Amino acid sequence: MRRLISLSLLLIVALGISLCFSGAYFGAEGANRAGKLAQDRVNFGQRYNSRGLEENGAGNIVASVVVNYRGFDTLGEVTVLFIAAVGLAVVLSTRREKPARVRAEPASLVVFTGCRFLFPLILLLGSYIFIHGHLTPGGGFQGGAVVASGFLLVYLGCRGKGLRSAGFTVTESLSGLAFVVLALVGLAVGGSLLLNFLPKGSALTLFSGGVIPIIYVAIGLKVGSELGSIIANLSGEAP
Amino acid sequence: MSLLSPSIHYVGCFSLVLIGLYVVLVKPNLIKVIIGINLMDTGVNLFLVTVGYIQGGTAPIFSEAARQPEGMVDPVPQALVLTAIVIGVSVLALALALTIRVYGHYGTLDLRKIKGLRW
Repeated sequence: MRRLISLSLLLIVALGISLCFSGAYFGAEGANRAGKLAQDRVNFGQRYNSRGLEENGAGNIVASVVVNYRGFDTLGEVTVLFIAAVGLAVVLSTRREKPARVRAEPASLVVFTGCRFLFPLILLLGSYIFIHGHLTPGGGFQGGAVVASGFLLVYLGCRGKGLRSAGFTVTESLSGLAFVVLALVGLAVGGSLLLNFLPKGSALTLFSGGVIPIIYVAIGLKVGSELGSIIANLSGEAP
Repeated sequence: MSLLSPSIHYVGCFSLVLIGLYVVLVKPNLIKVIIGINLMDTGVNLFLVTVGYIQGGTAPIFSEAARQPEGMVDPVPQALVLTAIVIGVSVLALALALTIRVYGHYGTLDLRKIKGLRW
């Protein structure tokens, strides 16, 4: 019964969406709006594409948008991630009595050795991605996710070790503080939050883009440690 | 084919959203419901990136100084999706933590057996 109701509902929704795309608009307003999505034009982003390089000195326009033009959004987004990590820790820590810790079966030799061999390399790759975020595809979020995947490998391969969350907390707090302080320094120097107040440097080199690479490194460390602490919290909870 | 070819990306992302919605509505297992939510998330992200795409466009990255800004795709939806992916991961993690709690409390992940959620 439930399956039938859901299927019919979805069919109606799919029919509506397909009518939207096949051009069956109703009324004069609909005819005016026809084919808006199929237009092949960059509207607002064109300004960022054409002026971003000279205004911020960062080759990656997406990094420029994320950290500088829409940096305030990113600040809020990092806050959402922080709240989710805190909420996860709170939800998982409200157990009445700790169960007897189940002795985890050690991983096989291949996984153990692979973990010990690959963990530094994964950290290196992640930090490369977020340090070069203003030049190449990638950036703080992607690099942080790669770093966190290294922690996940530690959980899979070196079970005995256990991830300690104190280091994660310190890194996360310091990098979040760095982000906010840099944003406020821009406010103090030039009168707008997240102003790019550092010298731009020569374009398309590592030391370019002013404040963008510094904030991206802070974001990378913050995302990596937050996802790492999420993994540590979840892995301590195997039922 | 000629009817679909300009909007084939949109067909893909709306199909992802609808598949996710179907999974959320029908599957009784809580883990599968979370997977469905994640599918809808992916569909929305794909939709946003597709809105900013232009035919034959390149990534908005200046790999050499001589690159022209014409022909680059819109960077704003890409920046939004970049953050939306991380939000999706954090929502997923929070949902899984709540699922662990639900399993500890009810001893099952079947939504039909969890008291108060029956319909």
